[in-house]
Amino acid sequence: MFETLSYFSLQQYWWIIISLLAGILVFLTFVQGGQSLIYTLGKTETEQKVIINSLGRKWEFTFTTLVTFGGAFFASFPLFYSTSFGGAYWVWMAILFCFVIQAVAYEFRTKPSNFLGRKTYEAFLIANGFLGTILLGTAIGTFFTGSEFSVNKNNLTLISNPVISQWESPWRGLEALMNIQNIALGLAVFFLARVLGLLYIMNNLSDKNIFDRAKCNLWFNAVPFLAFFLFFLIRLMFIDGFSYDPVNHFVTMEASKYFNNLLQMPVNTSILLTGIAGVLFGIIRTLYHPYTRGIWFAGAGTILTVFSLFILAGFNHTAYYPSTYDLQSSLTIENSSSSRFTLTVMSYLSLAVPFVILYIFYAWRAMNSTKIDADELEKDHHSY
Amino acid sequence: MNETINASLVEWSRAQFALTAIYHWIFVPLTLGLSFILAIMESLYVKTGDPEWKKITKFWMTLFGVNFAIGVATGIILEFEFGTNWSNYAWFVGDIFGAPLAIEGIFAFFLESTFVALMFFGWNKLSKTSHLFSTWMVAFGANLSAMWILVANAWMQNPVGMKFNPDTARNEMVSFLDVWLSPMAVNKFLHTISSGFVLSAAFVIGISSWYLLKNRNKLLAKRSIAISAVFGMMAILFNIFWGDSSAREIAQKQPMKFAAFEGLYKGQKGAGLTTFAIITASKDDPQYENINNYEYRIELPNMLSYMAYRDFNAFIPGVKDLLDGNKAQGIMAITEKVGRGKLAMQALSDYRDARKAHNKAAADSATKLMDENFKYFGYGYFDNPGNLVPNIPLTFYSFRVMVVLGFFFLFFFAVLLILIYKNRLETSRFWLKIAVVSIPLAYIAEQAGWITAEAGRQPWVIQDLMPTLAAVSQLDTMSVKITFFLFAFIFTLLLIAELKIMFRQIKLGPKDGGN
Repeated sequence: MFETLSYFSLQQYWWIIISLLAGILVFLTFVQGGQSLIYTLGKTETEQKVIINSLGRKWEFTFTTLVTFGGAFFASFPLFYSTSFGGAYWVWMAILFCFVIQAVAYEFRTKPSNFLGRKTYEAFLIANGFLGTILLGTAIGTFFTGSEFSVNKNNLTLISNPVISQWESPWRGLEALMNIQNIALGLAVFFLARVLGLLYIMNNLSDKNIFDRAKCNLWFNAVPFLAFFLFFLIRLMFIDGFSYDPVNHFVTMEASKYFNNLLQMPVNTSILLTGIAGVLFGIIRTLYHPYTRGIWFAGAGTILTVFSLFILAGFNHTAYYPSTYDLQSSLTIENSSSSRFTLTVMSYLSLAVPFVILYIFYAWRAMNSTKIDADELEKDHHSY
Repeated sequence: MNETINASLVEWSRAQFALTAIYHWIFVPLTLGLSFILAIMESLYVKTGDPEWKKITKFWMTLFGVNFAIGVATGIILEFEFGTNWSNYAWFVGDIFGAPLAIEGIFAFFLESTFVALMFFGWNKLSKTSHLFSTWMVAFGANLSAMWILVANAWMQNPVGMKFNPDTARNEMVSFLDVWLSPMAVNKFLHTISSGFVLSAAFVIGISSWYLLKNRNKLLAKRSIAISAVFGMMAILFNIFWGDSSAREIAQKQPMKFAAFEGLYKGQKGAGLTTFAIITASKDDPQYENINNYEYRIELPNMLSYMAYRDFNAFIPGVKDLLDGNKAQGIMAITEKVGRGKLAMQALSDYRDARKAHNKAAADSATKLMDENFKYFGYGYFDNPGNLVPNIPLTFYSFRVMVVLGFFFLFFFAVLLILIYKNRLETSRFWLKIAVVSIPLAYIAEQAGWITAEAGRQPWVIQDLMPTLAAVSQLDTMSVKITFFLFAFIFTLLLIAELKIMFRQIKLGPKDGGN
């Protein structure tokens, strides 16, 4: 089946999978968003415990999706893995560090003799909630704004320095934090994660006080989210983008490239608009009605929005990881992918993904069969 | 930024990877084996309906949870370090190596992490059988995850199922089955997971023995020991079998590593297996500083030849044969391999120039030369053949520690089974104390195994094709030093926390008062 597809179609297929994974990952950052609100929503120890346990039953989904996102990127577009991770060292290390401290925080927080104390583990969760989302969003921002690197495959035969991808900025990725477009996306992701976290908690808990506080906080987070996101999106329509020639793969700057992509890919544009509408519907319905299912609309909307942004970055002959140092070093889905054989093998394996989604759905439903409250946690052997 | 890669950067990058791998492997083996022990215990609960089995399962599950979290935390760093610290490697073989990592994430890790949540929190939400199913899925998921990582690792030790593409300057997969099911991968997977099972059995037995010594939670302790002793015995037999098979594979595919295992300086027919030796710097051969030879040695005659080739008189090459060559045995000298490696590199460079100039004849000629010599591509990065010898004392001693402890556990599980059979377990205080001490011994065996495998294959990241110095990311050494110490600090902190929590949980015993 996949053997009949052209190499380019396989590359597109895998970019679609990467985009989908990115969308799911951003949706699942509701865990991080919720973590950043532990003290805002939980005023007593019991309330905080209920919130942490509600989030703690989902943290592994986010973590696993991050790992899978990395693995899938490595397998399908290894030149990105090599260039970005090896180059933007400090940004990626900071993101990883945030996730390392999160992984233990839930399990260790309330265990007796936990060495660092409950507050330290809660600080780990909060740090993960703030830094993890902002840095992730900022890193994704460079897909549109570019980074300073060069790629030269001839280097492989240079004995003194055979490294193919060279990062040309001494800031090792931290320079992305100096770009207003990247920062806007970073903050948009951060506030979106908080919005999703609030919607999730409103759906998952049966505590009226927490619900009321969450609803109130939804305003304070939805407004800055919209402001940063719209700033990012509107500005994106006007900035120059990185286009490449489909025949000779020569990369050039194109005015309003991403706006042109919107016009030239109407299906993707409708996905983007549907996604944004879903997020807004989830928020507005929750704000104005006693409604607890906003997470599903906003969550699905998030997946669609992020998916379409990734398609915007990589399709229609656009360099998805542009180099501002050397335009011709920019990464495209054509010059950075795995071989046709590997993509074909991986494509067959990807057919089992619906099965994976099915058992995740089963597990999620089983976990959410009853709303979490203090009484339930008392009975639970493994509460955090 | 086109600076020279220096040795210090390579060493610090290696140190960081070793640090994260060592810490990760403190926690993973227990996850691999304890998940199956939990599944067996819970199966007994579902089958008998005896609530004591449920209490026992829940108790070990608490310890599993503490261990699992920190294992996950250390694991994420390893995956991304292939990009952050070994970026050239990520490109050179990402087409092959990335696939197992992606498959691990999509299938195994999701399976494990999805069902682990149900296993921990599903006691009151799922039926008995659904919960049991979740526990078995965690065990399968964890071991499936290990399989893909070990397939990837085995491929680095014996690269198969691929071909170098000079246009993309990387190796590309041509057979997924060859990568997945290579003998090296099968051996490594089965040897490694069974070692995790042994550790887990030792862990459960050790803690249970402590309860018996303290005269408390006796039912939990005796049942746990009975299950783990059988599980451990089966695992260690399996482990030794696949370890032996693994050694044969290494003798053929990584002869330098095999020579380092044995500290074998000069090759010989009918080589003896060293049971004990003291290794010192070679006085015979000052030209190679890092070559070592025996100062004192006890051997089992002809056994090494038999172990490697099932032939008591087979020739086993020593380090010196592999460096200087041995025409009689058809072994090429390192200097020739280096020469061929340089030819392959030059041919690659010529090919790329010829393609750019649209000179087909020159490109074809370069391709032919490169294909003939590509097998030795990685040697082209070396000028000093002495740099192609791994750290022999480290490899030699860690191999012996692993093997000796492996046979210790065979003996230990056999004794325990006899004591259980004769109903004398509770009164055998000596063996109960040995059981407690065996917990750290199992961890030492695990680490020694990985040190043997990884230090023994130096300087290669990919055997014969890419050395560490060509695989590293171009970073400033200070950055790597900082992240090394950051990770060392946080991992140590978390390890202390984990141990304190574990000890406390063990001291507290089952939450719901198991007998």
